[in-house]
Amino acid sequence: MMTDNGQAMQQYFGKRKLVMWSITLIIVGIYVVTALFVNYDSTSVFTTVPKGVTWLLANFVPTSKSMATIPAIIIAMIGTVGMSVSASLIGAVFALFAAIVGSAVTGIYKPLQVATRIFASFFRNIPLVAWAMILLFSFKQNDLTGFLALFFTSFGYLTRAFMETIEDTAGPAIEALKATGASYWQIVFRGVVPMAATSLMSWLLYMVENNVRDATLVGMLTGTGIGFLFDYYYKSFDYDVVGIVILVTVVVVVALEMISNKVRRLIM
Amino acid sequence: MDEKITLSKQMLVIRATQSSRNPGVMKRPFSKSRFATQAAFAVMGGITLVYMVTMNTGNVNLVKAVAAFLTNIKFMFLQPTINSDLPKLLVAVAVTVSLAILTTIMGALIAFFTGLLGARNLSTKRRSNTIRMVMAAIRAVPTILWVLIFAINSQLGATAAIIGLNFHSIAYLTKAYSEEFEAINPGTLEALRSTGASYWQIVFQAVLPSVIPTLLSWTFIRLEINFANAIAVGAAAGAGGIGYNLYLDGTYYFDFHAVGTIVYMLLVVILVFEFISMRLRTHYLQKN
Repeated sequence: MMTDNGQAMQQYFGKRKLVMWSITLIIVGIYVVTALFVNYDSTSVFTTVPKGVTWLLANFVPTSKSMATIPAIIIAMIGTVGMSVSASLIGAVFALFAAIVGSAVTGIYKPLQVATRIFASFFRNIPLVAWAMILLFSFKQNDLTGFLALFFTSFGYLTRAFMETIEDTAGPAIEALKATGASYWQIVFRGVVPMAATSLMSWLLYMVENNVRDATLVGMLTGTGIGFLFDYYYKSFDYDVVGIVILVTVVVVVALEMISNKVRRLIM
Repeated sequence: MDEKITLSKQMLVIRATQSSRNPGVMKRPFSKSRFATQAAFAVMGGITLVYMVTMNTGNVNLVKAVAAFLTNIKFMFLQPTINSDLPKLLVAVAVTVSLAILTTIMGALIAFFTGLLGARNLSTKRRSNTIRMVMAAIRAVPTILWVLIFAINSQLGATAAIIGLNFHSIAYLTKAYSEEFEAINPGTLEALRSTGASYWQIVFQAVLPSVIPTLLSWTFIRLEINFANAIAVGAAAGAGGIGYNLYLDGTYYFDFHAVGTIVYMLLVVILVFEFISMRLRTHYLQKN
């Protein structure tokens, strides 16, 4: 009995070892092939990173000239935060309606549910950069283009999130509300939405945090906000100002994260 | 795109806490939770209102712009061009996919060890706090800025892109991994420690086998994010790949049809990634 067990165990561990080794080999293989393909020298990491960090510390030090740009940077940052909050909130309003129409528990017409899901997935899966490019064609370089790009991806993402939230939190309650003779709109706006409200708010806060980071990227392409300032000073080699731009971004992102964590703790 | 999907994990926790709070009680005389929700909503509504009114739309005729946008959308999605550029575009997509894969493999390997250092139950308090603070600071800087910072030193290209993308990737995966490590049953760890098992024995024999499925799903989520970031890096920093083609067609050649082709290619890659990660997840769920 003991030896049987021992053999079985040895076989089991032998097999597991074999699987582990083959998986490791496959991953190493993928790494080598892709590295050769894009011409990436793995050893360069050891020289590039220390060099980059020391360079960073030496050149991004604020000077008196860069201090003078702080007010302009803060104003640009306020614009960026405003854009992120509005894109998230307006995206959330549209997403809520889409989620009500599209979710399995509140949707009333099956083909419409499917259509809504496909519609939202289309907005979600096209990368933010692609949206920004497409919008730049017709809306040119301004705040509106960045806002719309963030709004589209927020809408797509929040629709999926809201749908799942509604299905999970409100599913059982709907039966009970139906039994009381409540109308469809009463069920949705008196039952489903208030029940899911805290979760929906949590998603929305998350979207805001994310959009602030993404707005930097969008700003580079659309020439607005903090992204534009970064791009401008970066391309004119004013690295001391670039340092300030990064510092302001870090402070704002960390502060936003702290605020939304605080709000999340309050509403949960 | 970053970190959006993280929430699905957070939501699970949130739901768990909610269900323990007696969901049957509907009467709430004064609820701090409801008040906070309404206040947060009101603040965001105020910000939105002010922003929408003061937004700089740069003298664009809105009606015309929307009409032009819809026409362009029609060109892009209904009449994408497939011409002699196709092989070149396919290579560019492959470059972007490769950048994402390389970044993810490197990031996962490093994040595994930093994740161990960051997990409270497998590390000292001081080490874990230090790791957490450093990672939070790294995550606060947008990915594209990391890439551009390293581009100054090592020229634009695969190296700058991979190193820059990795900063965020490592910080993100470290947080995800260390939270998974912390969720391990403390009894298991204690039992192993009492048998005199060494640190690495505990890690590789007990910790790793039990968290592999979740680590895998986090890594795949990050692969999807890295792909989106690799596109962005190509477009905004000119670091090559399909993002750069997208940028050229979008802002220099104004070729709506070509942009449509590229967007379709990206959609295919994203769907393939989603399919693979779904299959892997179900495979592991069946096994465990």
